[in-house]
Amino acid sequence: MSLQVSELRVHYRTLRGDVRALDGMSFELKDGEILGLVGESGCGKSTLGKSLIRMDGRMRHVGGRVVLDGRELPISDDRAMNEVRFKEVSLIPQYAMSALNPTRKIRKMVGELLRSRGAEPDTAELERRMDQVGLPREVLDRYPIELSGGMKQRMVMVISTLLDPSLLIADEVTSALDVSTQKAVARALLGFRESGYVRSMIFVTHDIALTHHIADTIMVMYAGRLAEKAPADVIVKAPRHPYTKLLLDALPEVGVRYAERRLEGIAGSPPSLLNPPAGCRFRDRCPVAGDECAEDPPVVALAPDHHVACWKA
Amino acid sequence: MRRYFGRKLLIYGLTFFVAVTVNWMIPRFMPGDPVASMVARANVSQPAAVEAMRAYYTSLFGLDQPLITQYLNFWGALFRGDFGISIWLFPTPVSAVIGGAVPYTLALIVPSVLLSWVVGNRFGAYAARRKLLDNTVLPVGYILTAMPYMWLAVLLAWALGVIAGLFPVAGGYSFSMRPTWSWAFLLDLLHHWTLPFLSLFLVALGGWAIGMRNMIIYELESDYSAYLSALGAPARLIRRYAFRNAVLPQITGLALQLGVLVAGALVTEIVFAYPGLGSLILKAIQNKDFFLLQGTFLFIVLGVLIANFIIDIVYVVVDPRTRAGMAGAQA
Amino acid sequence: MTALQEVAPREPAGVRREALYFAVRNGKLMSGFALVLVLLLLGLLGPVLLDGAPNDYGPRPMSPPSGEHWLGTTTFGQDIFLQFVYGLRSTFAVGVIGGGIAAAIGMVVGFVAGYRGGAVDEVLSMLTNVILVIPTLAVLLIANAYLGIRSVAVQGLFIGLTQWPWAARAIRAQTFSLRTREFVDLARMSGAGTWKIITREVAPNMSSYLFMTFILLFGGAVLIASSLDFIGLGPTEGVSLGLMLQNANQWSALQLGLWWWFVPPGAGITAIVGALYVANVGLDEVFNPKLRET
Repeated sequence: MSLQVSELRVHYRTLRGDVRALDGMSFELKDGEILGLVGESGCGKSTLGKSLIRMDGRMRHVGGRVVLDGRELPISDDRAMNEVRFKEVSLIPQYAMSALNPTRKIRKMVGELLRSRGAEPDTAELERRMDQVGLPREVLDRYPIELSGGMKQRMVMVISTLLDPSLLIADEVTSALDVSTQKAVARALLGFRESGYVRSMIFVTHDIALTHHIADTIMVMYAGRLAEKAPADVIVKAPRHPYTKLLLDALPEVGVRYAERRLEGIAGSPPSLLNPPAGCRFRDRCPVAGDECAEDPPVVALAPDHHVACWKA
Repeated sequence: MRRYFGRKLLIYGLTFFVAVTVNWMIPRFMPGDPVASMVARANVSQPAAVEAMRAYYTSLFGLDQPLITQYLNFWGALFRGDFGISIWLFPTPVSAVIGGAVPYTLALIVPSVLLSWVVGNRFGAYAARRKLLDNTVLPVGYILTAMPYMWLAVLLAWALGVIAGLFPVAGGYSFSMRPTWSWAFLLDLLHHWTLPFLSLFLVALGGWAIGMRNMIIYELESDYSAYLSALGAPARLIRRYAFRNAVLPQITGLALQLGVLVAGALVTEIVFAYPGLGSLILKAIQNKDFFLLQGTFLFIVLGVLIANFIIDIVYVVVDPRTRAGMAGAQA
Repeated sequence: MTALQEVAPREPAGVRREALYFAVRNGKLMSGFALVLVLLLLGLLGPVLLDGAPNDYGPRPMSPPSGEHWLGTTTFGQDIFLQFVYGLRSTFAVGVIGGGIAAAIGMVVGFVAGYRGGAVDEVLSMLTNVILVIPTLAVLLIANAYLGIRSVAVQGLFIGLTQWPWAARAIRAQTFSLRTREFVDLARMSGAGTWKIITREVAPNMSSYLFMTFILLFGGAVLIASSLDFIGLGPTEGVSLGLMLQNANQWSALQLGLWWWFVPPGAGITAIVGALYVANVGLDEVFNPKLRET
C-alpha cells in the first residue's frame, strides 16, 4: 500500500467562516497506481493535491491522516514536510509555464535546487531524462523566457521527478495545452512510471476523457467528498453514482476541450461549503434523489475496488 | 539589445531636443518686450553688464531675424558651449560658473543616491521577512519619503549643527580656507559635506526600503517561489532568487526617481549654502540672471540623460533576459 | 485561493461590501485619512475662525510658543500658527489642482494609448517617456522664473502639466491588460465607441487603482510645490508651508534658534504626504486581497 488517506478534513479560513474544502476524504493508492482525480471546479480536488505536498497560508488541517509508505506525513507542519517534499512527494504544478525563475539559466537553477536539498546534480541522468521527453540539451543553457510553453512544461516535469519521488501530484497539467500536446504530456507521464522515476501518481484534472487514457483508477469528487472511485474502465462504462453518470452523459463526442463546458449539462450548482447542508450534497441536482438522501450516504464497496457514496447506487 | 538601446537613445535624443526647444521658447512667451523687461528686471548696476545683456538678448531675441534663424542660432551657440555671460558674476561665462559648481553637486548626489539605494534595498529585503523589523522599517520609511528634502536638511542642521555643534551648517568649506590639495582642506570639505549628504541619503532611503519590501513580497508570492517551496527548497534559496529579481524593477525605479533626487539635492544645497548647482540657481533667481538659469537647466537635463543611459547599460548587464535577445525591460 | 472564489461566487455588490468591511477595519487607511481630514479641517476653518492676516507684523517678534501665539512668532512678529493654517490651505489647493490635472492628463493618455494600441500607443508612449525623463523641477524653475507664476492655482496647473507621465504609463499598462477581457469584448461587439468603452467599462473596473494614483500624484504635487516655494518661486500673495520654510531659512531662523518657525511647516507637509501614503497602503490592502494580513 503506497498512500492511505483517512478522514482528511482541510478547511479554508475566510471572513464568513471556514470553507470545508475537504470534508472527510478517505481513499487508498496502490504502488504503481495512477489515480485520476476528477470533479467540477471547487469540488476540493486541487485542495486535496495541495494538502498532500504544501498547504497554502489559509488552509487548515482540521483532522484525518495521510500515510505514505507506512509513514505519517506531517501535512500541517510546513517545516517538517520539507524533508518529504521532492524526495517522497513531488508536484507538477498547474502554473508550470511560470514555475521557473526567469533570471536563472535552467542548468544553474536545477543545480542550486538539488544542492539545496543535499543531492548532487547528475548531468548525465538529467540529460537522459530530457531526451526521454524530447527536450534538446541546449535547453539547459537557456533562460525560461527562451523556451516555448510546451518545453517549459516538460522541463518542469523532468525537474519535479529528478529525485524519483514515491508519489507525484500532477495538478491540472494539461489544462493550458492544446490537444496534441496534452497527449504527449500524458504519454510522458506514463513513461516516467515505466522508467521508475515515480511510483504512483495523482492526476488532478477536470477532463474525464483524458484521464481515461492515463489513469488506472478514477476518483470522482463532489463538494469536498468522495462520490465514486473505481477502475477507469468501470467508471467510464458502468458508473453507479448519479453524478458520475451525468458527468459522462454530458461528454460530447469530440472536439470540446473544457470540462466546464460539458458540465453545463448538469443543472444547478454545488452547495456552499461554508455551511453545507446535512445529507447527500448532490441531492438538489440529483435526478433520482429520494427521502433517504436527507442523511449522509456512507461510502460503500460495491466491489473490492469500486467505492460509491450513494443510497441509490 | 540593439533595438533596446536604439529606442532608448531615440527617447533621450528627443528629450534633449524638447528640453532645448522649451528653453528657447519660454523667454519668448514673456509678456511685453522681453529684452526691455529682462534688462529692467535684471537690476544691474554695471553699465557694461547692461550693455552686454542688451546686446546678447537682442541677438537672441532680435525681431529683425526670422524665428527659425533665431532658433538655429540658439542651437549653434549651444554646440559651441556658449551659454552666454553670467549677469550675477559678470563677466564670467555661464559655462565657467556652472563648471565650478558641478563637482560639488556631483560629490553630494552620486554617493547619496547610490548608498541610499543599496542600503534601502537591504533594509527593505530584511523587512520583508521579519514582522518585527517590518513594523519599524515601514513607518519610518513612509515618514522619510514624505519629508520635504529641505525640511530634513534644516532639522539635521539644527540638531547636529546648531545644537550639538558637530558639523558646520553652511558653505562647502570654511571661510578661512583656500582650496588646495591639502589634507586639512580635504578634511574640511568632508566636514562640510557630511550633513547635506546625510539628509539626502536619509530621505531617499525610505523610498527604496519601501519599494524593495513590496517587490520582495510580490516575488515571494510568485509562481517560481511557490514551486521551489513545494519542492522543499530552503527559504534561503527562495529569498536569494526573490531579491535578485526584485532588484531589477528597483534599477528602473532609480532611473524614474532621478528627477526627484536632483530636485532634492538642489534644495538641500540651498539649506546648507553648499556651493553646487542648487545655490547657483538660487543666486540666478535672486539676481535675475536668466542665462545662468537657462544654462543650469540644460546642464541638469543633460546630466539626467547621461545618468539614465548609464542605468540602462547597468540594467542590460544585470538582467540576463535583455542580453539573451528578449525584451526583458520595457522602454 | 481560486477554490475560494469558486466555492462562493461573488456579485459586484458583495465585492463592494467586502471592500467597505475591510476599509473600516484597516488601521492604516483609517488613521491616514483621519490625519488628513484633521489637517484639512484646520486649513479650511482656521483662517475663518482666526483674526488677522497671516503676514501682518506683530508687536512681539521672535517669541516662542505661548498661550497667545500657539506656535510662536517670526522675526517680524508674524503669528506662525496663523501662517500655518493659511499655509495648509494653499498646500491642499496645490495638491488638488496639481494632482487633479496630472491625473486627468495621465488618464486620457494612458487610456487612449492602452486601449487603442498600435501607432497611437507608439506616439503617446514616446511622448510620455520623453517628458518622464526631463527633470520636473528644472522645467518648473525655468517656467516660473520667466513667466513669473505667482498664484497657487497657476503653480498647481504647471505642476500638473509636468507630473502626469508616470501615471499615464501605469494606467496604460492596466488598460492594456483590461482591454482583452470579455466584458470589453462584449461592449465592443455591441458597437460601443472607444470613448464609451473607456468611460463605462475600463475606467470603472480600475477605479480603485485610479484613486490610488491620484493620491500619489497629490503627494508628489505637494512636495514639488514646497520645493519651488523654498527656492523662492512660490506664490507672492498669501502663504504656503513651503514659503514659511523659505522665510525661516532666508531670515536665519536656524542660526537664531527659532525652531518653532521651521518645524511646523515641514511637519505639516510630512504629515499630509505621509498620511496619504499610509492611507494608500491601506487602500491597496483593501482592494488587493493578497496583501491582507491573515
